[in-house]
Amino acid sequence: MTEATITPAMLSTAEVARAYREAKAKRAKRAALLKHVFLIVTSLIMIYPLLWMLASSLKPDNQIFGDLGLWPREFQWQNYWAGWNALPVSFTTFFWNSTVVTVLSVIGNVISCSFAAYAFARLEFSGKTIWFALMMMTLMIPYHVVLIPQYLLFLNLGWVDTYLPLIVPRFLAGDAFFIFLMIQFFRQLPRELDEAAMIDGCSPFKIYWAIIMPLSLPAMATAAIFSFIWTWEDFLGPLVYLNDMEDYTVPLALRSFISSDGVSQYGPMFAMSILSILPIILFFVIFQRLIIRGIAMSGLK
Amino acid sequence: MLRFFRRNFAGYAFLSPWLIGFFLLAIGPILASLYLSFTKYNVVRPPQWIGLDNYFYMFQMDQRFWKALQVTFSFVVISVPLKLIFALGVAMALDKGIRAIGWYRALFYLPSILGGSIAVAILWRQLFNYDGVINSILRLFGGDGPYWLSDPKYSLWTLIVLAIWQFGSPMLIFLAGLRAIPQELYEAAEIDAAGPVRKFFAITVPLLAPVIFFNLVLQMIEAFKSFSGAFIISGGTGAPLDSLLFFTVYLYNEAFSFLRMGYASALAWVLLLIIALFTAIAFWTSKYWVHYENERG
Repeated sequence: MTEATITPAMLSTAEVARAYREAKAKRAKRAALLKHVFLIVTSLIMIYPLLWMLASSLKPDNQIFGDLGLWPREFQWQNYWAGWNALPVSFTTFFWNSTVVTVLSVIGNVISCSFAAYAFARLEFSGKTIWFALMMMTLMIPYHVVLIPQYLLFLNLGWVDTYLPLIVPRFLAGDAFFIFLMIQFFRQLPRELDEAAMIDGCSPFKIYWAIIMPLSLPAMATAAIFSFIWTWEDFLGPLVYLNDMEDYTVPLALRSFISSDGVSQYGPMFAMSILSILPIILFFVIFQRLIIRGIAMSGLK
Repeated sequence: MLRFFRRNFAGYAFLSPWLIGFFLLAIGPILASLYLSFTKYNVVRPPQWIGLDNYFYMFQMDQRFWKALQVTFSFVVISVPLKLIFALGVAMALDKGIRAIGWYRALFYLPSILGGSIAVAILWRQLFNYDGVINSILRLFGGDGPYWLSDPKYSLWTLIVLAIWQFGSPMLIFLAGLRAIPQELYEAAEIDAAGPVRKFFAITVPLLAPVIFFNLVLQMIEAFKSFSGAFIISGGTGAPLDSLLFFTVYLYNEAFSFLRMGYASALAWVLLLIIALFTAIAFWTSKYWVHYENERG
């Protein structure tokens, strides 16, 4: 068999096969090129509005509208200065307020949601299935449905015009999305670890703290990042609970730009808009992998 | 008794923050708003029981309620399918290890992460201005753009485009789903000389059905809930001529501009029931078109 000679018939089959493969490779190459053209054009269209906003934040007001260009003819850096001080209260205050609310919310979310997720993923207790089903149901409830009674509750507690209505719910694991995300992650950790620790006499809290937490840093980070982004962008909560401009978060302050009638200060408005999304873009650039894996893992948002 | 306590203690201890939240901030408020929906309540005076009057008024007299329903339904029915088609199209172009996939994925996802922000809503208002970018581009092609923001015929399209722009997360979920489809199926189909269209409808769609279903339910709920875009672009009121009166915007105004908390609670319950109904319909119909791989037969 090793000395099998190649007959003309076999040769032609081999040639046909090679020609077929070559044609296929050529087709694949052309298809890939077409795909890249499609993807590049689409991503440019997607990103263009953001670039236009960035360019407009540096243009004088009279050059913003009707100008499709992405390179300002003259860079008007003072838009940023003007925007920062355009409202009766400076943006220093707004950014500080947003930072306080966001940092505390992120801490609350990570702690309380990881507690609940640990209970659901690792501990046995009666009624677990029912609680789990109820927890998943809360994913569906629109915030608008609980908004009014929550508002009345916080009003009676005297919490309106403070940050408490925005922060305290975060310490009570209000965001079932994060619980779900962490459960998915905890379930992947080998159970033998808990069992070994339990035999060594570790309490459930010790297991959570010394085993689950350190091994789940990617999940914690993902929850923290999403929590950061959503709290930073949150508009309805602050809109309902904060009335005093001194207390405004950045999104509320931005809204004041468009409701102050007549004043045309588009450049400064875009400048502040850019600054308001800058932290999110930075987070996205740095933690892109975690964010994208988080969505694939939990399938939400 | 002691054993029962001991066995359950740790679980409930860890669950306690969530449990408190669940009762005080989720189920409690839902029941409270059901009660309030049968009352007249303006915060200043105690709630006054009026039975089903809020609901009678809503269904029989309130033109704005019907308008809000119509606007919200139009938005959901148009924006969700377009968004999913777009997401699937891009996901398929990204599938099968194309070069620089990381870059594309990131660029396509960025709008989704910014889309809920007020900055983007403000930007959108300017893009669709009569002198704005969209009309300038239309003029380049010789068209004459309408008054997107002030003409009730066109205003909803600004928000539909905004929703489609945020196709990133369904796209990522589609990508994960496409990866799970075995390549051999496509190869086998190619040997049988099936074209791309045939392959798409005979392999991709049926095998992706669970993922399509999942995305559909999720995006529908999201669309029903959407608020800030419509609020900012319509100046907080649903203008022009209530053409942007999303259900959530109407509810917000009834509750916090006019302090009709009882009526707004009734609206909230209707919203909850609509979302529950749509989710139920999606689940109920899913058994006819979604087949999971591990189910035989």
